Amino acid sequence: MAIFTTYHTAIRGISCAVPKNCFDVKNYKWVSEKEREQLIKTTGVRFKRIAPSGMATSDLAYDAANLLVSRLGWEMHDIDILIFISQSRDYLIPATACILQDRLGMPKTTLALDISLGCSAYVYGLSVISSMMSAGKLKKGLLIMGDTSTFGSYRDKTTFPLFGDAASVTALEYDETASPMHFNLQTDGSGYEAIIVYAGGARKFPNKKSLEQRQISKGVWRNELQPHLDGIKVFNFSLREVIPNIRALLDFTQTDIQSVDYFVLHQANLLINETLRKMLRQPAEKWPYSITKYGNTSSASIPLTIVSELRERAMQPMRLMLTGFGVGLSWGSVLVDTRQIVIPEIIEKE
Amino acid sequence: MKESIEEFIKRLEEQFDDLPKGVLKPSSLFREAFSWNSINALIVIALIQTEYGVAIDAEDLRKSKTVQDLYNIVKERYTG
Repeated sequence: MAIFTTYHTAIRGISCAVPKNCFDVKNYKWVSEKEREQLIKTTGVRFKRIAPSGMATSDLAYDAANLLVSRLGWEMHDIDILIFISQSRDYLIPATACILQDRLGMPKTTLALDISLGCSAYVYGLSVISSMMSAGKLKKGLLIMGDTSTFGSYRDKTTFPLFGDAASVTALEYDETASPMHFNLQTDGSGYEAIIVYAGGARKFPNKKSLEQRQISKGVWRNELQPHLDGIKVFNFSLREVIPNIRALLDFTQTDIQSVDYFVLHQANLLINETLRKMLRQPAEKWPYSITKYGNTSSASIPLTIVSELRERAMQPMRLMLTGFGVGLSWGSVLVDTRQIVIPEIIEKE
Repeated sequence: MKESIEEFIKRLEEQFDDLPKGVLKPSSLFREAFSWNSINALIVIALIQTEYGVAIDAEDLRKSKTVQDLYNIVKERYTG
């Protein structure tokens, strides 16, 4: 069982960048006007950002990292560890973290690595970086993540009106007075096909046919290099696993649920997240959303929700329950008391 | 479970704006009663989870044809 605590690592700042190019789901001509309205109502997504061709997650992250480091008064040569998490890396080989280390002007003494996770990335990422920083007494670290998921098919109504592009950077510092972070991390790989891109990896190398779009069902056309999403499977998984995961962490830490200021969940879709809120019997004001403005931004959704909805509030101490769930299937929660988080304005990249 | 099928139908009707009241019957084929798509499937799953604390999955939906079939699953699994 992976319920554990890490010590001596404080979140100092979070920044986000999104592409300036904004898509209004009301203009999604692939489906009827009635279906568009139903999509907006149930997914909660009205607007989403789309990265222009050639703009990678790391380009958004580059701007967000520079802004955050300068706002904190840090220097890039002070960064000991850089972790990059994404399902949309620059290349299959090498790791994007290595490219960013150089591009951001970090020294060769920086540890840099990639992790491949999506919806659960923020929680998993915090566990890895805080464990390494704590064990090695590494002074400063950047946890970078995000996705440009909009390479999906316009003619796929299950993914196109849902996913938006964004990147986030979280700055962490070794601090022996920092509050501990408590984690509950879980996995069920039997559901690996619920969200998947079938070709492009070593299991199925792309061939001439990989770019041909096929009709999968009514209103759903895509090729095998574009993401497939089984909405009902993901929905059932979320309703089955997320609340017990949060409850187990509250039990483990003997935390009164009332003392949690905000539950910041991965922004899967409004119907899933609202159902989870009702299951946990929490008021709407403790359950912030960024999905209406930015869509489901995959690994960036938890930090983007903090940046977009709790920017002022984060200057004061907060008790946060952060919960990510999805692709893998992989899910987990972290319970953390923050002191003061510096949050610059969201960057809109041309 | 105390709730009757009539009350179950009332809850379903509240979820679907374009469904005229009083049309849905226990014997109604729900895929035909309201335009059935994956989003409506999610709405039904969410309703049954939040109102009755009962989990139903894609397989349950596949096996169900009428409103009565859905109600029977909820009744069978309801634990209060």
